[in-house]
Amino acid sequence: MGARTLYDKLWDDHLVRVDEDGTALLYIDRQLVHEVTSPQAFEGLRLAGRTPWRAAANLAVPDHNVPTANLAAGITDPVARLQVETLGANCRTFGITEFAMGDPRQGICHVIGPEQGFTLPGSTLVCGDSHTATHGAFGALAFGVGTSEVEHVLATQCLLQRKSKAMLISVEGAVGPGVTAKDIVLAIIGEIGTAGGTGFVVEFGGAAIRALSMEGRMTVCNMAIEAGARAGLVAVDEQTIGYLRGRHFAPKGDLFERAADHWRTMVSDPGAAFDQVVRLDAADIKPQVTWGTSPEMVLPVDGRVPDPALEPDPTKAAGMRRALAYMGLEAGTPITAIRPDKVFIGSCTNSRIEDLRAAAAVVDGRRVAPGIRLALVVPGSGPVKVQAEAEGLDRIFTAAGFEWREPGCSMCLAMNADRLEPQERCASTSNRNFEGRQGPGGRTHLVSPAMAAAAAVTGHFVDVRTL
Amino acid sequence: MDPFQNFTGVVLPLDRANVDTDAIIPKQFLKSIKRSGFGPYLFDEWRYLDHGEPEMDCTARPRNPDFVLNDPRYAGAEVLLARENFGCGSSREHAPWALADFGIRVILAPSYADIFFHNCFKNGILPIVLDAATVARLFAHAGGGQALRIAVDLSGQTLDLAGETIAFSVDAFRKQCLLEGLDDIGLTLQHVDAIRAYEARRQVEAPWQF
Ligand code: SF4
Repeated sequence: MGARTLYDKLWDDHLVRVDEDGTALLYIDRQLVHEVTSPQAFEGLRLAGRTPWRAAANLAVPDHNVPTANLAAGITDPVARLQVETLGANCRTFGITEFAMGDPRQGICHVIGPEQGFTLPGSTLVCGDSHTATHGAFGALAFGVGTSEVEHVLATQCLLQRKSKAMLISVEGAVGPGVTAKDIVLAIIGEIGTAGGTGFVVEFGGAAIRALSMEGRMTVCNMAIEAGARAGLVAVDEQTIGYLRGRHFAPKGDLFERAADHWRTMVSDPGAAFDQVVRLDAADIKPQVTWGTSPEMVLPVDGRVPDPALEPDPTKAAGMRRALAYMGLEAGTPITAIRPDKVFIGSCTNSRIEDLRAAAAVVDGRRVAPGIRLALVVPGSGPVKVQAEAEGLDRIFTAAGFEWREPGCSMCLAMNADRLEPQERCASTSNRNFEGRQGPGGRTHLVSPAMAAAAAVTGHFVDVRTL
Repeated sequence: MDPFQNFTGVVLPLDRANVDTDAIIPKQFLKSIKRSGFGPYLFDEWRYLDHGEPEMDCTARPRNPDFVLNDPRYAGAEVLLARENFGCGSSREHAPWALADFGIRVILAPSYADIFFHNCFKNGILPIVLDAATVARLFAHAGGGQALRIAVDLSGQTLDLAGETIAFSVDAFRKQCLLEGLDDIGLTLQHVDAIRAYEARRQVEAPWQF
């Protein structure tokens, strides 16, 4: 065997069989299950009289619909409540472990997977959710699937797949202070576009990626999907292994050491061929702010809202005009003159302890600006919340006028009560600024946690490095 | 899935082009946690005069007398006759779930939206492409005073109406799946031995995954 990419290794390790036409039956080691995309999958199993192939390979958690305030009152929306209750009932019927509402380990599926050591290097992991790419930060092949495929994995522990092409995005050098993983990935999407990764599994490499914490790598891989990629990957290193040591589902003792030896091979071989290579210089990356309704509509914080009249491609110009109208922005406006109404720090992109620390460091000793109607911090999981409280971060936020909430997806997609009103503008640490994503008519600007915090305390977007 | 059996069924003529998945099953029903039980809400906005919501009891709802589904001539229809680009819109599988739950087993149309077309096979429905002239002729027949009945023979790939035989084509693999009642899961389960062998090997190589 010649030099192989990390993706090649993951693929080869999980091949059960290949058809003449190249369709592969791929073994899936782990599945995360949440309340929105699983009910029909379980019903399908039941109707066909099937049982899970390997119940222990699944971990379930309600996250999309759960309220983040006043948990004692339960879920008031009957449809949401039924979905959450159905997840619980299905897990009991089929013997699947669930971190139900009220369980201290409950949280966003993409936060709890790594946190509990359920996500392991060298494995395949799927979930009925596009941001499953997050788990690629551990050198795992992780991608989102539809409801039929959730059922397919439950029933067979396999999926029918075709191999994607491999891309390397190498971020070389070092980022300056105040520039985070979120800025790196937004800059990448700005560079290659939201379709730039279509048909590819993207490995993120280079010194700037190596220098990121596991949390930072998860932020980058989380948004691989926003660049159109099937999955994102980061090679395993000692940091990956250190992160997993002692986690609940991770192997223990000798088995851990054996596993770690194997995990260390989960890197692309020197000289392995990628179908495409993109290189970025980390030193060029500044804090980023999106101005439009697609993650590729992004600018450095010192930029100005672009002018569609200067865009030669008429289709692109029309898209820009539509985005500006939706966002209520004029061409030429400095990004720093844009004033959010709400600030949301949370989501599977940026709700881990490091994200909350970065935001709290900016907020400490300051107050939420008078123009901000609501500033919300939603930790990604129960353990993140506990850790943050032990460090006193919650008090920093609440003293400044932020609301400190219970874990869940919350205002990332507005399936629970947390949402934008029409025309409300939000500085958000989530991953999608699509029309209506945070509530009908809501206007989303994607930023890092530090940049969201800076906008909250000044009332407008501002280069966090100047505070 | 149950194996597809030859049958003779009543033809329901739905004379509209570009029927989208939102018309087949409106989006409020996507909040449902089920894949069965959508039949009473099939074409909900056209079929009833009030606004439908999940879990509603449809027996008492006011029906639109002008909508073909409410015409007693077509009661128990198993064949849906449709116009071009049937099933366009979203990729939701709720559309074939609703058609199947209603009792539709075959669709006849000049063309389909791609994802919907494939989703039909996954859910036991046979979508047949017929040329526009044949479809037009069937519409003329089906709209008569008496409902049109068609015999469907999947293995022979023919339709039979009152002595006239119409041949159709179907992907050989999909045909086999329908005839044997194999869904994608059923197909994968034909490789149970390969999966078990893989697991046995991995248990040695990477026991921490289990
Ligand atoms: S936080 Fe947002 S993007 Fe992440 S899983 Fe929840 S809804 Fe999806």
